[in-house]
Amino acid sequence: MARYILRRLLLMIPVLICVSFVVFFLMDLAPGDIVSQMAPADATPEQIEMLREELGLNGTVLQRYGRYLWNLLHGDMGTSLSLKRPVIEVFVERLPATLKLAFASIVIALAISIPLGIAAATHHRTWLDGSSVVLSMLSVSMPAFWLGLLLIFAFSYRIKIFPSGGSGTFKHLILPALTLGTEQAGNLTRITRSSMLDVIRQDYLRTARAKGVSEKYVIRKHALKNALIPIITVLGSTLGNAFGGAVAIETVFAWPGIGRLTVAAINSRDMTLATGCIIMFTLMLNMTLLVVDIAYAYVDPRVKARYSK
Amino acid sequence: MDNNLILDIENLVVRFETDDGTVRAVNGLNLQLEKGHAVGLVGETGAGKTTTALSILRLVPDPPGVVECEKLLLDGQDIINMPIKDLEKIRGKDVSMIFQDPMTALNPVFTVGEQIAESIFLHEDVSKAEAYKRALDMLELVGIPAERANEYPHQFSGGMKQRVIIAIALACHPKLLIADEPTTALDVTIQAQMLDLIRSLREKYSTSLIMITHDLGIVAEICDEVAVMYAGNVIEKGTLEDVFNRTKHPYTEGLFNSIPNLNDRKVMLTPIKGFTPDPTNLPPGCAFEPRCPYACENCLKEQKDIYISDTHFVRCSRYEEDGFSIDRKEIQ
Ligand SMILES: Nc1ncnc2c1ncn2[C@@H]1O[C@H](COP(=O)(O)OP(=O)(O)OP(=O)(O)O)[C@@H](O)[C@H]1O
Ligand code: SF4
Ligand SMILES: [Mg+2]
Repeated sequence: MARYILRRLLLMIPVLICVSFVVFFLMDLAPGDIVSQMAPADATPEQIEMLREELGLNGTVLQRYGRYLWNLLHGDMGTSLSLKRPVIEVFVERLPATLKLAFASIVIALAISIPLGIAAATHHRTWLDGSSVVLSMLSVSMPAFWLGLLLIFAFSYRIKIFPSGGSGTFKHLILPALTLGTEQAGNLTRITRSSMLDVIRQDYLRTARAKGVSEKYVIRKHALKNALIPIITVLGSTLGNAFGGAVAIETVFAWPGIGRLTVAAINSRDMTLATGCIIMFTLMLNMTLLVVDIAYAYVDPRVKARYSK
Repeated sequence: MDNNLILDIENLVVRFETDDGTVRAVNGLNLQLEKGHAVGLVGETGAGKTTTALSILRLVPDPPGVVECEKLLLDGQDIINMPIKDLEKIRGKDVSMIFQDPMTALNPVFTVGEQIAESIFLHEDVSKAEAYKRALDMLELVGIPAERANEYPHQFSGGMKQRVIIAIALACHPKLLIADEPTTALDVTIQAQMLDLIRSLREKYSTSLIMITHDLGIVAEICDEVAVMYAGNVIEKGTLEDVFNRTKHPYTEGLFNSIPNLNDRKVMLTPIKGFTPDPTNLPPGCAFEPRCPYACENCLKEQKDIYISDTHFVRCSRYEEDGFSIDRKEIQ
């Protein structure tokens, strides 16, 4: 298992290099650059050239990328061009807000989808099952920003109970977390329902019932632990979505996380900050997927056996 | 009232209401079993053997299953009207079942030790640790080293899984064990081991047994009585001698005629001419009528059990006629 984890960690290095390459070049292709934004309007071409050199933006894109990568491999993500502070410092400062939002939304999503999915499966083909299907379809097909705007309209404009944006208090967290949480609950409900439906038909549940296990524990213990295997897979990509979805949601709710930071960095053509944010994002996503794979092994002994080989 | 009965079923009816119509799986079945006895329940596929067994545990899937029964007593306790809480106390404790397919009967995400211990923990007044210790003893008893208790089902062969399932079923020394074709999925040498195991454990705990099987050799080997099922009914039941040597029902006769040598363990029931009736559309009266060489118009009326002796009954209305007999010779 340890060897497996180490291998996965090493595999992340080429992934991160590729991502940094793509982002760096895409940013370079985008029109406009930070130097012309920063330089005073009456600056002479010589002054602009000096500024460019100061910021480390001189040379061809390949030369610049080479310098960037060299520093990156030495653990230095550079300095934000617009904020004039180390990228890593800015990132770490904004990270807690995004993590808070992501985890609050996952908790909400799980709290909705696991009980709903189980109830739908155990009441297969009843109105309860039907409504769960409709609800999850609705939540999957509704864009997050739109749901966010609806919630703002309902709960901070019409009924003024929650702030429409910003952060700081628990109240600020509710609407964005609810938006992101409902967004993910749809997919999770769907997968919980279908994997429970699959497990419910299995012979081993009949064995459990024949042993005298009560219906409640047949479902919560014997069935759920098996159903968790596909649920965990989806949970991994859901967490990924939670980070990604944060970009839109953070913008709608003026939430000071890395999603908004990244958007701002791209808009101001802050190469180092944007590339740094996206690399860190990728790293977080990959770590999540790794954690999911490890969680897998803990739920499914067959997977664990494969890892230890 | 006979207090000596471990099982007393009268007029059991089970239907499955499916999209393609109502499957009449069990149709007014009667079955009684004395304490400590072993009955072999034989019959072609679809005869309703598993459904009958599941009814005893009230585990017929609902929907689509609908169970109706005049009387279903397990060791004198009324199963049909029992609250679910009490049923859970009986399942695995008073009556256990070994299911048809050992490959899928164990939960893949719990260790075999946990799965045996769960049964003990549920029914006996012991701590989890104590239950696990007893599970280890149970494993040894069925011939698996105790140190394999923390392994998962996928690490076990089919025969070993079946041993684990037997250990689960016998963990709380049930009064009645129902074994649903416990050996069909296993190869022949393992089959013999399994039967020996069931036989010796049954003697050890004086468990009553319902052995569901296609294999008349198995019945002859470990049962005292035979109940032959056809289209959801026991159509003939008696001691081994009654049914094997003084065969009465035309269907049973057909079964034996299709087997050259009863002592040949590999011989299975081979079908008789004609087809088993469609359970969604059973003929009125005797369900064997379309295939029966002795059929007459009287056979279309409702059938009831006719007692030949105290131990032997047959469900065939021609035995109401004086002097009726089938061709098969009685063996003395
Ligand atoms: N859950 C179900 N839904 C619908 N029909 C069912 C269901 N379970 C059993 N049946 C039907 O009921 C009838 C009796 O089935 P059962 O499983 O009791 O037969 P069996 O005697 O055990 O056969 P086998 O020897 O193949 O195990 C069959 O026609 C079967 O198709
Ligand atoms: S009742 Fe009639 S059809 Fe049925 S087995 Fe007897 S003789 Fe044959
Ligand atoms: Mg069966």
